[in-house]
Amino acid sequence: MIASLSLILLCQLAGEAFVRGLGLPMPGPVVGLALLLLLLLARDRFDILACGPLQGGGVENASRGLLAHLSLLFVPAGVGVVQQLGLIAQYGVAIAAVLAISVVVTLLATVATFLVASRLLARGGGEP
Amino acid sequence: MSQNPFSLWVYLSQSPLLWLTVTLLTYAVADAVSLATHRHPLANPVLHSMWIIGVFLLATGTSYTTYFGGAQFVHFLLGPATVALAVPLYENRKVVMAAILPMLAALAVGSVTAVASVVLLAEAFGLPRGVVLSLTPKSVTAGVAMGISESLHADPSLTAVAVVLTGIMGAITVTPLMNRVGITDFRARGFAVGIAAHGIGTARAFQVDAVAGVFAGIAMSLNALVTSLLVPLAVTLLVR
Repeated sequence: MIASLSLILLCQLAGEAFVRGLGLPMPGPVVGLALLLLLLLARDRFDILACGPLQGGGVENASRGLLAHLSLLFVPAGVGVVQQLGLIAQYGVAIAAVLAISVVVTLLATVATFLVASRLLARGGGEP
Repeated sequence: MSQNPFSLWVYLSQSPLLWLTVTLLTYAVADAVSLATHRHPLANPVLHSMWIIGVFLLATGTSYTTYFGGAQFVHFLLGPATVALAVPLYENRKVVMAAILPMLAALAVGSVTAVASVVLLAEAFGLPRGVVLSLTPKSVTAGVAMGISESLHADPSLTAVAVVLTGIMGAITVTPLMNRVGITDFRARGFAVGIAAHGIGTARAFQVDAVAGVFAGIAMSLNALVTSLLVPLAVTLLVR
């Protein structure tokens, strides 16, 4: 458990160092994600890597534990709404309307693109 | 019993222990209610934890800074949880590779729609420039969005609130909306909610369907990458 969490933190740390070091405009944890994925894929190819948290489902179980309550992790940021009460009294309705319309439009645009693209590809792949 | 209860409160209300406990306990209750209502969209545990804790802070006159002293331990885990998304991605790599092209197309359209729609709508509603900039990265996960907001010299705390509200709205609307439109492909449904509503949408997707959850997680991590590159461009082109 400790080794698995350390591996996750190590990936994040390497990601942050990489991003900050090169001045890239992307988030460190996303690079950490890519790194952990590469480690998991490399483990299947090279037996030497299958040790510590990378064997017996160690890092897999720790990750599932973290992801099981993903939405809890957003609560502290969300409670920050108490700092914005003045702004919300002034613009709250407009902000809520903007966010609600934007989220529905985004959901529909994304799902439509996904379905159209997968149908076009299925048709293209079916032809000889 | 020489100490009066007030000095005990003053001591406890300044310690991280109390606020960490309040955060976990409130969420545990909200989550139990959500489970008891068979994960009804409106029983969203983040939504209800947020206002209950908010009211408690206002009623006790506690500042957000004091609260965050305890809640930061939970907030910190957003980073490691993002890294942990590698595991569902790895375990479902075959499903993912089979749908890689539709995913990339949906990612391009979805992330541009998320950013452009919020900027154009916020301007149409006449919101001030500072608010528009703070709302722009609202579809990516909190830690990333706050970073983008800082780099725009906007207000990261307002961004965090916009992110959480967007996530809750996406999590509440996705199931009724997709059922209404008649979409049964859980890969597409999951991917859409991951793009539009990041981790809160992903958590919702995992409750509905495992495949949807995996696609939501992938969408969320890809979107974090794309949006951090896209927002500076959109701000230059679209914000007055």
